[in-house]
Amino acid sequence: MDKFSSHTGIGAPLRRSNVDTDQIIPAVYLKRVTRTGFEDGLFAAWRNDPEFVLNQDAYKNATVLVAGPDFGTGSSREHAVWALQNYGFKVVISARFADIFRGNSGKAGLLAAQVEETVVEALWDYLDANPGAEISIDLETRTITAGEISEPFQIDDYTRWRLLEGLDDIGITLGHADQIDAYEATRPAFKPVTS
Amino acid sequence: MGKTLAEKIWDDHVVRSAVGEPDLLFIDLHLLHEVTSPQAFDGLRLAGRKVRRTDLTLATEDHNIPTTDLDKPIADPVSRTQVETLRRNAEEFGVRLYPMGNIEQGIVHVVGPQLGLTQPGMTVVCGDSHTSTHGAFGALAFGIGTSEVEHVLATQTLPQAKPKMMAVEVIGDLPAGSTAKDLILALITQETTGGGQGYVVEYRGDAIRALSMEERMTICNMSIEWGAKAGLIAPDQTTFDYIEGRPHAPTGADWDAAVAYWQSLVTDDDAVFDKVITIDATKVTPWVTWGTNPGQGVALSGNVPVPADFEDENERIAAERALEYMGLTGGTPMRDIKVDTVFVGSCTNGRISDLRRAAELLEGHQVAEGTRLLVVPGSVRVRLQAEAEGLDKVFTAAGAEWRGAGCSMCLGMNPDQLAPGERSASTSNRNFEGRQGKGGRTHLVSPDVAIATAVTGHLASPADL
Repeated sequence: MDKFSSHTGIGAPLRRSNVDTDQIIPAVYLKRVTRTGFEDGLFAAWRNDPEFVLNQDAYKNATVLVAGPDFGTGSSREHAVWALQNYGFKVVISARFADIFRGNSGKAGLLAAQVEETVVEALWDYLDANPGAEISIDLETRTITAGEISEPFQIDDYTRWRLLEGLDDIGITLGHADQIDAYEATRPAFKPVTS
Repeated sequence: MGKTLAEKIWDDHVVRSAVGEPDLLFIDLHLLHEVTSPQAFDGLRLAGRKVRRTDLTLATEDHNIPTTDLDKPIADPVSRTQVETLRRNAEEFGVRLYPMGNIEQGIVHVVGPQLGLTQPGMTVVCGDSHTSTHGAFGALAFGIGTSEVEHVLATQTLPQAKPKMMAVEVIGDLPAGSTAKDLILALITQETTGGGQGYVVEYRGDAIRALSMEERMTICNMSIEWGAKAGLIAPDQTTFDYIEGRPHAPTGADWDAAVAYWQSLVTDDDAVFDKVITIDATKVTPWVTWGTNPGQGVALSGNVPVPADFEDENERIAAERALEYMGLTGGTPMRDIKVDTVFVGSCTNGRISDLRRAAELLEGHQVAEGTRLLVVPGSVRVRLQAEAEGLDKVFTAAGAEWRGAGCSMCLGMNPDQLAPGERSASTSNRNFEGRQGKGGRTHLVSPDVAIATAVTGHLASPADL
């Protein structure tokens, strides 16, 4: 995973709440066996609408998505994170993220920055007044800056550290292999096996 | 201070704990399917890693497979490639797979319990959010993303921040004519899609204790629909009776040791939950959704809500959008809504008891003109059992389609999809925009409401027949 310390890019206002994973990428687009190419399915149902935010010239190259509350609810598909990343997004800002989506983002290197709902409203208003304007996100200081707006965002310490260092989770865990061995030796005999 | 059921399971699985880091949890059972696993196996290959515990890993084909022409190759080449990729990966890494055509194949959350692999006190994960289903056995079960699938394959563990604990106290008994599905749909309406975020929830109370295992699975299955990390129910005699004698259930002295442990898996009287919510079961009536998330629900006897009546602005805007998508007008009685397709199946309601109930209600009736009824068993075993009992004959005699096992129209990854504008009553778990097919309109319902709807052609309950 690449290290992530800060990012500045065009912000896109997605004025919707409860953007579920089927809206981020419908199931029919999940058939690929790679981690790339999912941008074609991103917000598939809305991309036909010329009014949709990503179809407007000012936001086409957006890298920071500012979304309504309860973003990423529903399925566990990490494809939702990949589709956002494949399109070019580096950061999603919302007042509430679904747990699995937040977890998947941290693993895949997409920054899910949680803010107060009033901050989302302020960013939406700012972007509407300044289409194509940039938003800066500093993971070191956990700060979002856009024009006159400067607000803190929340991310758990561990995910922040992993993103800053660009660490591979599996590598970290395999460093504790002796503890896994020790645990396995204590498992009760009645636990089932699949073989 | 005592512990909650979930805390006991958590503590029993901590491999490593360090200040400032998530706990490292051991995973007792890892279930795989074709959609969320290929990139995980790729990751292992790239890093030269193996599957640490093939004996705790099981794969099945469910999301993407057809439910007709089962003897032919999968027609869609992209779907076929994904299924073939799982087969290659399972062989290369030594993971047991139940492919199409195998008697043990089926929806991953139907297969685990059916085999007796899902047992109390276990940690169960799968690259699928409805893994919460297995919580019905008093297991800590949750959905994970593909990076985590790779992590579990390589290490049989998962780093997890400890979630908060919530109790759902179900007060009183469900009235006659109300089902487990109605209860969970009503609860999600009460709590909304984000109400459980950050929590493991334990469903408690007499109404829960009175439910069968398959009804408990319906409840826990939909925990994720109100945002919970996992949902679980303390194991009891109902649980033990369901497991005993299944292929992977313990036997002899192991059975006795297991039951002794399982009986300890209850929330202590002096345990403290971070949050307690209540729902009055006595007020739960047949429940249906009107909108595009599972929290947008109402009693079947009620009306489509009027957006202007919502106080919260986000909810009002969401309601307006949902009604536009659903092609509905506020104030319309739910019973007046005509339905094109009825889907009975999925990991929520595709088990044998669901099909028995559906057939019982359908017997002697015909599917309404202009309505189609699709019945999709949750597994091959469920299909064969239903056929042994003659349920398939009841379905086909009434004009329904009887299909092979799989996820099917729940998520419309295979050819079982709604056409744009087509309206369904579905026993599945999600009514998101486009979930069952682009432009498709979904009302989530119980099997009871599904069958009454299929017979009358509009949303209805068995009382209307």
